[in-house]
Amino acid sequence: MSAVLDHPGHHAHDDHHHAPAGWRRWVYATNHKDIGTLYLLFSFTMLMVGGVLALLIRAELFQPGLQLVNPELFNQLTTMHGLIMVFGAIMPAFVGFANWMIPLQIGAPDMAFARMNNFSFWLLIPAGLMLVGSFFMPGGAPAAGWTLYAPLTLQMGPSMDAGIFAMHIMGASSIMGSINIIVTVLNMRAPGMTLMKMPMFCWTWLITAYLLIAVMPVLAGAITMTLTDRHLGTTFFNPAGGGDPVMYQHIFWFFGHPEVYIMILPAFGIISQVVPAFSRKRLFGYASMVYATSSIAILSFIVWAHHMFTTGMPVTGQLFFMYATMLIAVPTAVKIFNWIATMWEGSMTFETPMLWAVGFIFVFTIGGFTGLILAMAPIDIVLQDTYYVVAHFHYVLVAGSLFAMFAGFYYWAPKWTGVMYNERMGQIHFWWSMISFNITFFVMHFLGLAGMPRRYADYPAQFADFNAVATIGAFGFGLAQVFFFFVVVLPMMRGQGEPAPQRPWNDADGKGAEGLEWEVPSPAPFHTFETPPQLDASGNRLLQPQLGGRSH
Amino acid sequence: MKSISDKLAWLLLPLGAFATAAHADTNDLPGGPAVRQLNLHAAATRIAVEQAWLHWFMLITCIVIFVLVFAVMFYSIWKHRRSRGHKPASFHESVTVEVVWTVIPFLIVIGMALPATKVVVAQKDTSNADLTIKATGYQWKWGYDYLKGEGEGISFLSALDAGHRQMSNDGASGAVPDNYLLQVDNPLVVPVNKKIRIITTANDVIHAWGVPAFGVKQDAIPGFVRDTWFRSEKTGDFYGQCYELCGKEHAYMPIHVKVLSQQDYAAWVQGEQKKMAARADDPNKVWVLDDLAKRGEKVYAANCAACHQPTGKGAGPIKALDGSPVVQDPDKTKEIHVVLNGRAAMPAWKQLSDTDLAAVITYTKNNWSNKTGQIVQPAEVLAQRGK
Repeated sequence: MSAVLDHPGHHAHDDHHHAPAGWRRWVYATNHKDIGTLYLLFSFTMLMVGGVLALLIRAELFQPGLQLVNPELFNQLTTMHGLIMVFGAIMPAFVGFANWMIPLQIGAPDMAFARMNNFSFWLLIPAGLMLVGSFFMPGGAPAAGWTLYAPLTLQMGPSMDAGIFAMHIMGASSIMGSINIIVTVLNMRAPGMTLMKMPMFCWTWLITAYLLIAVMPVLAGAITMTLTDRHLGTTFFNPAGGGDPVMYQHIFWFFGHPEVYIMILPAFGIISQVVPAFSRKRLFGYASMVYATSSIAILSFIVWAHHMFTTGMPVTGQLFFMYATMLIAVPTAVKIFNWIATMWEGSMTFETPMLWAVGFIFVFTIGGFTGLILAMAPIDIVLQDTYYVVAHFHYVLVAGSLFAMFAGFYYWAPKWTGVMYNERMGQIHFWWSMISFNITFFVMHFLGLAGMPRRYADYPAQFADFNAVATIGAFGFGLAQVFFFFVVVLPMMRGQGEPAPQRPWNDADGKGAEGLEWEVPSPAPFHTFETPPQLDASGNRLLQPQLGGRSH
Repeated sequence: MKSISDKLAWLLLPLGAFATAAHADTNDLPGGPAVRQLNLHAAATRIAVEQAWLHWFMLITCIVIFVLVFAVMFYSIWKHRRSRGHKPASFHESVTVEVVWTVIPFLIVIGMALPATKVVVAQKDTSNADLTIKATGYQWKWGYDYLKGEGEGISFLSALDAGHRQMSNDGASGAVPDNYLLQVDNPLVVPVNKKIRIITTANDVIHAWGVPAFGVKQDAIPGFVRDTWFRSEKTGDFYGQCYELCGKEHAYMPIHVKVLSQQDYAAWVQGEQKKMAARADDPNKVWVLDDLAKRGEKVYAANCAACHQPTGKGAGPIKALDGSPVVQDPDKTKEIHVVLNGRAAMPAWKQLSDTDLAAVITYTKNNWSNKTGQIVQPAEVLAQRGK
């Protein structure tokens, strides 16, 4: 029976509250599991929408010449693909994971602010509709790139304002979600679970939440100034009135760089849960991982202008941002080494979550190295705004964030739904995605080195072959995700599959997954840890473990 | 948008093999991209050589580290798996190991930053240039102004060949030239082995001027000036494109730099200067009324409006041009005389060119409520000089 689509638990002594049902269950949801499910379904939908936009882009770029769209529409496609994926897919998905897992992992009954949690989710619906609907506004969707540089944004039609409004709403949603996460993590951990005993996934989300609160308001500032420049006669970014277009870039990227770490830190957290489980060995260097994640977060505030190496900053500026950016490679490398050290001398099995986690480490590292290469200012001068950058960020965002989310899904979905996914199908999903992803994006490194610029609807004929390869890979990758939905996700949501045990990832001797989420039945009952659990010395097991029963 | 049947036909095209075959006859473009190019362009400047070196250095270092690290990981995957019966160890921390694998990457990163620093400093040093050229980004073409050095004063726009733009709209089916989307009407011409300082700015939104073979790229920002430099050590044609999203024709404003030998450059400069002199004011040119009046409007605003007002109504002793009998006189020489020689408090304007004078006179005769339909050609102004 699935906790996701079925009505919630029928525990004998839980009938004192009226379990919600029907549409009210979802619209008025205050339960962290339900809200987590809502976020995940919303973000998967946005992933598909953003994916269709990507396929339209790749279809146009299959061959030189314009075959499908005109350049204005092409610019709208690239812009909205970026905005929808960043703000509609990746960020809400991680919030979905946070909602499902943080209370379970810290032994809390729910998030601290359950109603604000509901609001945070439902805000996303009008925002998402506005973003997607902007294509149908006069003049089409915004077409200034997801980075919305001024003064090009001043030339955009009314959809620019709708986009700004949507982003304000999404920003508010993120900020409220972050407040919720911080308060929950700091105040509602079960007794005995000190911060340094808390699961890494909670740590990475705690740090991410602080980053969000720090930088979302900065984005709000940049887009509001754009709005007033467009309509209220201000000239923040309009040189005709004494404004500075480069200031927009500074403000945007001061948000933008921490933003990309916001999109990867929770992924690191998921990997830090999955790798130890399937290595049957504790995470190596827990404290070091906490410090490394914190260093990455702090450093992320001082590197923003590596997105601006060609804007004409003085030598000192270029050198500073180059050095600071290269420095981030160090704590990131430490994390990679710690994961491998966790695997080392473990006793590994390679069920689907572990496939994704190991795949993540492999492909994310490639993205990390191309980031290090781009950090070198002299090289960046040649590669800025080329397909090399596109390759880099897709490696870290798709092969990084998205693959980690797949790892987390396969790992935790048995707990969410009460059924196991089909292992063979999971493996097919993994290999199909991995291979088609690399076909799509690896060749983009070559295109970038050869000088092909980004955001181009058409290109010199010498770039044709690799563009054709990338397009084929992209369609393959997109199909893999459709396969995933119909063959893995939907059956699980419908409760079709082998019933999942309480501990699907543990051997008879108990080795394998750790964490309080495995102390509750599968599917997790609607209410869990209604009274704080008593923990053992490690902080991650109940003192009196329960098997198959309900929590109390 | 293309027609539905076009799209369907295209969608039915079988996979890559056929598509790439359609452009299988594309060749490498010297100074531009090569077919299936894997690495950076062949360098034409010392800076580009340094950048290529740095890139190889980084690539090889990263590949070596990658191979080492993942050899360890894949070994572990093979050896430390449960199906081989390996039992899990219980270690889970080691301060020594953490320190070692923090310090070593830190040292590697410093080792990478040192050679890069030299190149950053060199790239930014735009002093002592032999030739300074301003590149202005427009939506959607480049404007070049030779500001200082041999060729000073030369100025022109450089836009994508219109045929190429049309080819793009037509879907680029069939054979396209090797310089597809890179051919311009007026390339930027510079001498070889001279330090060229490029000042970038823009007229509307941010663009970026970049030429991969030179290793240069600089944003062109409206209202601001930035600069970069290059010294090409090879003659030939080199191509670049706009590298900052600037609107719908972003993909259609290429850069073509022609690097000539010193003599060829000098000859080109002479030719350009002659052309400009000719373009500037051909006194025998026969103008069309609308064009001349449009030019006249600018001349009027710059010279006459201060006294005669933009409304042409004058003020006090300054006569109104709107409805003026002199302006509306069927005998054009009357107004030409007044403008050339002045009258009473009005100064002479004979220092303006024949074309400018003809333009402003034509403008006054056909603006406001004046609708004479008369046109004054530059030759007619010339004929009245000295009379």
